[in-house]
Amino acid sequence: MTADPDLAAASDWLLFGAVLCYVVAMLGYAAELAFGRRAPDGPAPIAGGSTDTLPAEWVSERAARRVARHGGERGWPTAVGKAAVAVTVLGWLLHNGSLVTRGLAVERVPWGNMYEFSSAVCLAAVTAYLYLLTRQPVRYLGAFVMLPVVVYLGIAGTVLYAPAAPLVPALNSYWIKIHVVAAMTSSGIFMLGFAVTLLYLARESWERRHPEVPEVGAGAASRVRFPAASTLDTVAFRVNAFAFPIWTFAVIAGAVWAEAAWGRYWGWDPKETWSFITWVVYAGYLHARATAGWRGRRAALIGVAGFTALMICYYAVNLWISGLHSYAGV
Amino acid sequence: MTSPRLSFRASLRQAWRGLTSMRTALVLLFLVAVAAVPGSILPQRPLNPFAVDRYLADHPTAGRLYDRLGFFDTFAAPWFVGLYALLCVSLVGCLIPRIRLHLRALRAQPPAPPHSFARLPCRVSAVTALSPDEVAAAAQRRLRTRRWRTRSRGGGSTASVAAEKGYARETGNLVFHVSLLGVIAGVAVGALFGYEGRAIVVEGTGFTNTAIAYDELKPGRARGAADLPPFTLRLDEFEAVYATDGQARDFRADVRYSPGLTEPDRRATLRVNHPLSVAGSRVYLLAHGYAPHIVVRDKDGAVLYDSVTPFLPQDGSFLSTGVVKVPDVRPGLPQLGIRAAFLPTVDVARDGRLRSTSPTPTAPALTYEAFAGDLGLDSGRPQNVYELDTRGLTSTGGGLLLPGETSRPLAGGATMTFVGFREWVNLQVARDPGQRVVLLAAVLALAGVVTSLRVRRRRVWVRATAAPGGTVVEIGGRSRRDADAFAVEFGRLAADLTKLLPGPVAVPADATEEMHP
Ligand code: HEM
Repeated sequence: MTADPDLAAASDWLLFGAVLCYVVAMLGYAAELAFGRRAPDGPAPIAGGSTDTLPAEWVSERAARRVARHGGERGWPTAVGKAAVAVTVLGWLLHNGSLVTRGLAVERVPWGNMYEFSSAVCLAAVTAYLYLLTRQPVRYLGAFVMLPVVVYLGIAGTVLYAPAAPLVPALNSYWIKIHVVAAMTSSGIFMLGFAVTLLYLARESWERRHPEVPEVGAGAASRVRFPAASTLDTVAFRVNAFAFPIWTFAVIAGAVWAEAAWGRYWGWDPKETWSFITWVVYAGYLHARATAGWRGRRAALIGVAGFTALMICYYAVNLWISGLHSYAGV
Repeated sequence: MTSPRLSFRASLRQAWRGLTSMRTALVLLFLVAVAAVPGSILPQRPLNPFAVDRYLADHPTAGRLYDRLGFFDTFAAPWFVGLYALLCVSLVGCLIPRIRLHLRALRAQPPAPPHSFARLPCRVSAVTALSPDEVAAAAQRRLRTRRWRTRSRGGGSTASVAAEKGYARETGNLVFHVSLLGVIAGVAVGALFGYEGRAIVVEGTGFTNTAIAYDELKPGRARGAADLPPFTLRLDEFEAVYATDGQARDFRADVRYSPGLTEPDRRATLRVNHPLSVAGSRVYLLAHGYAPHIVVRDKDGAVLYDSVTPFLPQDGSFLSTGVVKVPDVRPGLPQLGIRAAFLPTVDVARDGRLRSTSPTPTAPALTYEAFAGDLGLDSGRPQNVYELDTRGLTSTGGGLLLPGETSRPLAGGATMTFVGFREWVNLQVARDPGQRVVLLAAVLALAGVVTSLRVRRRRVWVRATAAPGGTVVEIGGRSRRDADAFAVEFGRLAADLTKLLPGPVAVPADATEEMHP
């Protein structure tokens, strides 16, 4: 049994289309950031920075008044930003199509090598971003999600590209599906968390250099295009805290798989070691958020270290360090 | 002045407090992460002792330093073990008071409302015609149906209800941390009472579960190598299925086995990811390869060496290399060493070199190079059965043999015959009695961390005070975490509670005004 060449080619073209969409969307998001006005804080206009919360009926009425005064979202940059979201969704659909056709072409799950894996991680990141967008006004994140996704897919499509082929027997287990889906999902979400964390670090250092600009209020409105550092910090924490249990589950499922394949659930193979390091660093991140003197900047730096460990776990280990996992192939 | 004993005790207490603080836990976590790095970069003795030897030979200075630091067995090195022992102590020391506090909190009543609601992050107020007692009773009933733990206080002119929710957060957090200790305990049980070994078994031969049958054995620390559960196993046939491009599709090993040391009589098929359970141990198929049958005879035809010798596959085409060592050629004659490669499907590449084009043995051949001299077996240097130490040897030439062929005289008149080949499998045999504990604890830890990260602990108060224009109702609340998500929840709850108040409901003017941005 070998791969179906037509479907495999379709998959490659769909991925190319998806990358194109992501590039266009990235430019759109960037244009909105460059020429648009400040993005709102928090989940709804009323709640961000305000100290009081009202029953729902009053909120909507007051929100309407405030939004009217504020001018709401209008102007061409906003329209470009909204169009960028639409293009992102289109890219996301093509991306899904690419994965499905690849899976059909090789008659197996489409994440058997590093190329397919990278593509699926990016899909998880875009999915996480789009999902977050339905819950919170985080369009300002768009460019910062699209950029790593495009770079990542670019590397995956060139350096790591592997032609469609069936799996080696050790990867032929249903635990691989469970383990790998969890690993990819959490990695995609961590990637989103990483983007927000970088944004937070940038914004936080800007705020330290400009203490005279208030976080919210009239002075902030015209000068600041990103939400306050504290808002970004909260978003980053939520995203990372969402991914952490999924990563935990991925590690457990991986151990179950290792037990079935190799007779031991844990053997300090380089891949296992780095997934442990990643887990411990993110556990440290969650701790830091609850430790006096470590909140904010230091916690964010630990978050960056966590994502770095994750990248080492995927790439450095596969490319430079060999172990039992290395037959997963480039 | 304090007595020295007292201050010693005080400093002990201070050290304990330091060790069990969040900050220490954070630093220890970070150190564990960093300490694991050498274990992933440098070769590790338990995984690959030969790679460690090779590293030591290639990097003598750095290698010796690393060796002294324990970097070649990182996860058993004293500093690594010490670090995670400290982390465990810190964890226990931090958990005991937290568990005690939490048990108390689970039985405690929600605290009385603050004097002023103005400091609460979420608050609303209203005026109603109901009496304070009626307001409190209605609010309490509603909060109870929404599963808040409530406590009403006061009566007459001022009545209040305190409500709290989200105790599961701390419960989950404690379950998570206790389960981590469970994971560590399970790992320890496995290390003490389990065992793990690897053995190469050639087709047509058997295997008995005793220490000498293993190429590599890690016995449990409390049990020792003599105490392995008895069973026997025989490899009848191994079969690998390859796709046309040489990619492996399936591996299967037909075995006969029996628990105990009797003749194996039960049949089973071992496959990758499908181990065999026997005598409380599990047998896994890890790898496979070819074992050429080689016979070496001296110039009078006496057999010096006759063995089916496992060769190690070097690439996807299963070009496999191995070594034959013949120390006793004849008194006075040099020893004989042969370095050979088995090619399942031999082919001549464009540059004239030999290669194997497929792992399937359609055109098997053996190429070799023979050496004469001193094999170095008595030198005390570590011996690797798959490598030839050529320091004391000189090459006497090589050649290619097809099955059944015999070489020209190699040295001292000895010849080599490539009789044929069989396949071998690498079996991993393991028993880990701590495994179930680890899995259970890991699943509990996961459940705990999900609960802990999803649930918020929050408090809400309702206070009703009789005033000239009617009863003033204040509703306020706070959450330790995730303030804006709580704000949304509070908004809904407050709307729900104010709906309970019949008659004219008014919002005091100042409450609306102060919220303009
Ligand atoms: C084995 C090492 C440890 C690991 C892997 C670990 C991991 C974690 C993780 C992932 C969290 C966040 C999830 C949650 O809130 O449940 C957490 C929270 C927490 N940990 Fe640990 N922990 C460890 C040791 C400790 C120690 C030694 C302490 C005592 C100082 C401690 C105290 C806490 C506390 C108080 C929280 C709650 C923080 C909050 O309110 O958000 N942990 N831990």
